[in-house]
Amino acid sequence: MTYFAQQAINAIQLGSIYALIALGYSMVYGVLTMINFAHGDIFMVGAFFCLLLASVVSLPFPVTLVIVMLATGMLGALIERFAYRPLRKAPRVSAIITALGCGLVIANTTLSLSPYAQPMPALFASTSYHFGGLTISSLQILIISVAVVLMTGLDFLIRKTSYGIAMRAISFDAATVPLMGVPVNRIISMTFFIGAGLGGAAGMLYGLAYPVIAASMGILVGWKAFVAAVIGGIGSIRGAVLGGFLLGAVEVMAVAFLPSTYRDLISYSLLLVILIFKPYGLLGRPPNQKV
Amino acid sequence: MSALLEIQEVTMRFGGLCAIANCSLDVEAGRTHGIIGPNGAGKTTLFNLITGIYRPSSGDIRFKRESISGLRPNRVAALGIARTFQNIRLFKNLTVLENVRVAFDSQLHYSPFAAFFALPRQARDERRSIEESLRLLRPFGLAEQADSLAGELSYGSQRRLEIARALALKPGLLLLDEPAAGMNTAETATLTEFLRWVREEFRLTLVLIEHHMHLVMNLCDRITVLDFGQTIAEGTPKEIRDNPRVIEAYLGETE
Amino acid sequence: MSARELLASASRWRWALPALVAGGLVFALVSENYPVINSYTQFVLVTVGINIILSTSLNLVNGYMGEFSVGHAGFMSLGAYASAVLTTKWLPDIPWAFFPSVLFGGMVAASIGFLLAVLSFKTRGDYLAIITLAFLMIVKSAFENIPYVGGPRGLLGIDKYTTLVWALFWVVVTLWVIRNLIYSKFGRAVVAIREDEIAANAMGVRTREAKILAFVVSSFFGGVAGALFAHQIQFINPSSFDIIKSTEILVMVYLGGIGSLAGSILGAVIFTFLAQALQPLGTWRMVIMPLILVFLMLFRPRGIMGFRELIWFLPERELSRPREL
Repeated sequence: MTYFAQQAINAIQLGSIYALIALGYSMVYGVLTMINFAHGDIFMVGAFFCLLLASVVSLPFPVTLVIVMLATGMLGALIERFAYRPLRKAPRVSAIITALGCGLVIANTTLSLSPYAQPMPALFASTSYHFGGLTISSLQILIISVAVVLMTGLDFLIRKTSYGIAMRAISFDAATVPLMGVPVNRIISMTFFIGAGLGGAAGMLYGLAYPVIAASMGILVGWKAFVAAVIGGIGSIRGAVLGGFLLGAVEVMAVAFLPSTYRDLISYSLLLVILIFKPYGLLGRPPNQKV
Repeated sequence: MSALLEIQEVTMRFGGLCAIANCSLDVEAGRTHGIIGPNGAGKTTLFNLITGIYRPSSGDIRFKRESISGLRPNRVAALGIARTFQNIRLFKNLTVLENVRVAFDSQLHYSPFAAFFALPRQARDERRSIEESLRLLRPFGLAEQADSLAGELSYGSQRRLEIARALALKPGLLLLDEPAAGMNTAETATLTEFLRWVREEFRLTLVLIEHHMHLVMNLCDRITVLDFGQTIAEGTPKEIRDNPRVIEAYLGETE
Repeated sequence: MSARELLASASRWRWALPALVAGGLVFALVSENYPVINSYTQFVLVTVGINIILSTSLNLVNGYMGEFSVGHAGFMSLGAYASAVLTTKWLPDIPWAFFPSVLFGGMVAASIGFLLAVLSFKTRGDYLAIITLAFLMIVKSAFENIPYVGGPRGLLGIDKYTTLVWALFWVVVTLWVIRNLIYSKFGRAVVAIREDEIAANAMGVRTREAKILAFVVSSFFGGVAGALFAHQIQFINPSSFDIIKSTEILVMVYLGGIGSLAGSILGAVIFTFLAQALQPLGTWRMVIMPLILVFLMLFRPRGIMGFRELIWFLPERELSRPREL
């Protein structure tokens, strides 16, 4: 029993990280109906930004987090501005390929600069708490709390601020929103900024939780979060969170009972199976097309 | 004597929205039947239901007494129902000839195997496809432009091409969705004569959705009026013209 | 020179293409027995051949049909493993097993391609990209977990059966079959789906059959390319067929030109030589490749020969069709 509970804690930790990354995918898909394949690599860059920062100066955790989020946020917004915006009117295929290309450029640049995996320095001393046979570290508590705080903050942002309302409006009807005086480009940039920032935060948290980072993290971990977003229903904020935790749980459980090499196989097969029965994900809705 | 096309109490719901509500309509063979009504009345939805793009939520659609509700669009086309689209859906990057040939392909019957290895059977069919498609383009005045890209044609030519393409299916029933959209009075008059000729020449039954009243009144034998997805009137052009409910639907209530 | 005259003169030169093929065959046969070219050049030429097969087969789905498949490396992987297993484990040391093994590789890939096609019926665009991506990852993961094919370390000691002659043979077969497909009713159906699937359906096109056909043919030749690849470099592992590989094939297609056979060839040739030229850059090479892709999308999304074709590829009946009736 305690084994399950222990794994449950791991699942929640992994799930919250996946959810943070998945949110970035879903937000962007919501406003632009495009899959930002580069997002997984932005997650990876977040971890490396943290590494860079920590190896140069020693700052308190919250400060590091904010700086990393700002840096990755700007990177995300930059990519949108120069690689995606020119393609807004182009066929969707062009945008997907560009996103894929950008992601690979980022991943391989990082790989060229850092060919080997690097250890992530601990930003603070972590203590372990024991109760009822379970062990939970302060690091795990921190990671889960930060993720929850960020997600709650995003939820508030989307439901209660004018930015959030505009963002949701764009995801419903991109054509009429500019006619209502909404600065669509700015909203979209903000969306990328926030989504990328969340991804960067996730990267930093992931690096602290599993303290060896490598350039391949974007594809290995970041794309898993993409799977989570699609499972939950890409474009749906709640779907991203649902998918993140669902995938986290599935992966932790799979690794607990099967050889760890099966993990990716199970995750991607789960995606395929869900798409067969629910082609738009668990909470997603099909795009409307006028004939 | 049952009609060529029978729409029997068809309802179409999209989630909470009811686009067509208990609509019934009969189209007699050889006639020209008009469907009119304000925007959003469900006219194009009706076409989409007939051609299999949607499946009716309830009710039945029969063609030559056989039910065609929910059949896939290519099945409906094979049975002899062809259509044009409100927003012109040509294959823009294909040539004029290729557009027609795509529709003509349902008359060719060779297997993929024959295609892979370029067997004689396939070569013969292909030549036939080229000849007959060109032949079809001539009366539409498009034969000289056979190698032009469909997307580069003038608006009027594009509309004509869409009709030519539909006719390559050798249909018995032709559905035209706003064929006169964007045309002025002179062009509409030419179109009216042209459609009359098409109906005779290809021995068709025509159903058209239109807003240009001149075209509808001059061309159609019978008219059905839709509003909010329901039939509010049906009859000869004269009957419809004088029908107060129709006037109200288009112009609002009279004082 | 007017278009009509150009067409007529090009028709008279139609013999050039078969002559080129025959010449290539002679050259390939000669170089097999006499040291006309060094082994590095031979390696590069074979690679060009394999890449032509890859780009042409992917072009069928991505270019002609306008879908977005990211998983072509997965078909390559299936073909590579299937054929390698046949020649190294089931029929070892039997050279004539090579040709059947390539066919076998193609068929294994095609059967999975069939599955993907069926999955694609309800989805388009982005979702197909997702499904093909998942497929790619699943294939990679699956092979990593099968000890029989060497798990993550892969298969070694594959015989070097892929000669220049075989590569040329399969290039010709691929181009010929796909060319015939394009200029048939099935090809027109595929292109009509790209242009407007709903209208195509309404015009009697059996879109489901067309999609199946396109995917099956595309994946078959992807598998063939994989089989040739395995018997060229003599060693394969799951990582040889990952997203990087798929991206390289995408570059070939979108660089050379979508919806064009000549474009596929051009893209493959340019890419192969580019990849060789950039070798000294190491991993930075993989920064430049996707960057090329990004610039292509921004400035020339259809590629060099997008939707245009070399006249010699057109069947005679298309060129000499009656102009007046």
